[in-house]
Amino acid sequence: MSQATIRRRFRPGRALLSAVAILVAMGWAFPVYWMLNSALLPNSVLTSTTPRFWPAGGSLDNFTAVLNQGSFLPALGMSAAITVTTVAVCLLFAFLAALAISRFKFRGRTSFVLAVLFIQMLPAEGLFIAQYKMMSTLNLLNSVIGVSIIYIAAVVPFTIWMLRGFVAGVPADLEEAAMVDGCSRTQAFFRITFPLLAPGLVASGVYAFLQAWNEFTVALVILQKDEYRTLPLWLRGFVQASATRETDWGQVMAASTLVAVPVIIFFLIVQGRLTSGLVAGAVKG
Amino acid sequence: MPATSSAPAAARATAGPRRFRPAPYLLLIPSVAVLLFALGYPLYWQILTSLQKFGLAQQFGKPPTFVGLDNYRQLFSDPQTWAVVGRSIAFCLTNAIITVILGVLIALLMNAVGKVIRLVLQISMLLAWAMPVIAVMTVWIWVFDWRRGLVNWLLTNLGLDFTNHNWLEQPLSFYFVATVIVVWMSVPFVAFSIYAGLTQISEEIMEAAALDGAGSVQRFFAIIVPMIRPVLMIVGLLQVIWDLRVFAQIRMLQDAGAPTASTDLLGTYIYRLGVGSSDFAMASALSIFVLLLTLVLSFFYVVHLMKEDS
Repeated sequence: MSQATIRRRFRPGRALLSAVAILVAMGWAFPVYWMLNSALLPNSVLTSTTPRFWPAGGSLDNFTAVLNQGSFLPALGMSAAITVTTVAVCLLFAFLAALAISRFKFRGRTSFVLAVLFIQMLPAEGLFIAQYKMMSTLNLLNSVIGVSIIYIAAVVPFTIWMLRGFVAGVPADLEEAAMVDGCSRTQAFFRITFPLLAPGLVASGVYAFLQAWNEFTVALVILQKDEYRTLPLWLRGFVQASATRETDWGQVMAASTLVAVPVIIFFLIVQGRLTSGLVAGAVKG
Repeated sequence: MPATSSAPAAARATAGPRRFRPAPYLLLIPSVAVLLFALGYPLYWQILTSLQKFGLAQQFGKPPTFVGLDNYRQLFSDPQTWAVVGRSIAFCLTNAIITVILGVLIALLMNAVGKVIRLVLQISMLLAWAMPVIAVMTVWIWVFDWRRGLVNWLLTNLGLDFTNHNWLEQPLSFYFVATVIVVWMSVPFVAFSIYAGLTQISEEIMEAAALDGAGSVQRFFAIIVPMIRPVLMIVGLLQVIWDLRVFAQIRMLQDAGAPTASTDLLGTYIYRLGVGSSDFAMASALSIFVLLLTLVLSFFYVVHLMKEDS
């Protein structure tokens, strides 16, 4: 037995592993590819007995059909209004709280951080019936405000946690140096600290965006009228219809693509920070 | 951070006198207010309602009567509740275990292949991870569609008769589809986290072990697993917590034509009790159970994060 074969027994061929990795990659990405592929194909191809695996003869017709459908734009508007409200308010609130816990020591600080961490773990399913009752009493069902308030409360805890790291990362000494040089505290903050925090605010903002844009559970309970649906609820409408009658899957996939693309782009921006925030410290470094 | 609660003094080096400073509390007001309003009050209402009789008469304005733990007693003497709880726990553990195992395997694969192929694998994982849950559901429901779904076509062409087979009709096959979907969307997070842990293991240790005659399986269990244990524990715990809350996935599969009574998990069952039959007392009691379960499970995770904070 030559030395080479011994070595090979200890290290399984890299080529084989590479082949496996490529197969896994293709398999995992396939549903995303299938969404795009189906979105580009006309219904006549999708309903034929043999599936077409590449979008030959495809067009953007499904997208135009979806965009021209009366229900898409209202749903987009609803999603946009709720998402913008959630992101803006959540960032402001979380930023103030992050300042408090990373720049001050005060009685109750530990309890607050502890509460925030526990609250961010609570599942929507554990409270949505009560939230539904409350919003119904307050006459806030089917409204942007009603949903946004719940989203803000759901997203603020993790955003505080994320921003806390960024705020703590800007040394307070910098601010103080500026104050020694004659800046007021507010000036020092806006001229020195704030620009350094921009990446943190972007990452947290994108996190809040993803949560609000993708949310389904609370929206389903609070937004019960069709004309107030957000995009996820609007997509659900297609699937519900598919249970009983022929569905134009090309259009459904075009609609899914429209909902997914902004999310995928934004997600790629924050992915790294999100992972490290969730498993902070578990990876030794 | 041990001195925090006992020292209300300023953290900053400004050597001011030790007095009460309102600034941090003022900064917390907006967040605390929205949390109290949107989570605190509903929680209070839910606890109260779970201790009261809330029937049809109460819906029409009759003041509710306090019944203590009667609702809980009634809820947990109902075999349907236990069926839902049992299914949820079984589903959650099965999914978490499969997700972690596949995640570790894919992380090892990422670690073993060259740069370019690793990038291809990572991009494909990121795509799956980034997909919004609703888009994920529509795609998979289309793939498993009973009329023209790809899966039925594939299996039929492999010689099995799956023409017009409805995957969502039977609970077991319904949960199989749900598991495929949940695992598919959860594995990337695990794979990336574990991969980050793997990159911290030094080459020299692995080579030394190989020289000492340790086979790859031995090396995995004797070196890699102990080294990545912290991240493995955290990721596993998060998976268990997240797989208990699969409302959107189950609800969407039910919408696509599955019978609800035999496929309900905790989230969808609460929804049916509360929104469907307006049985707010039972829905509240079960919600409290879900919240307590989550709190217990989250305890270790939160302790871990707190250690990071100090």
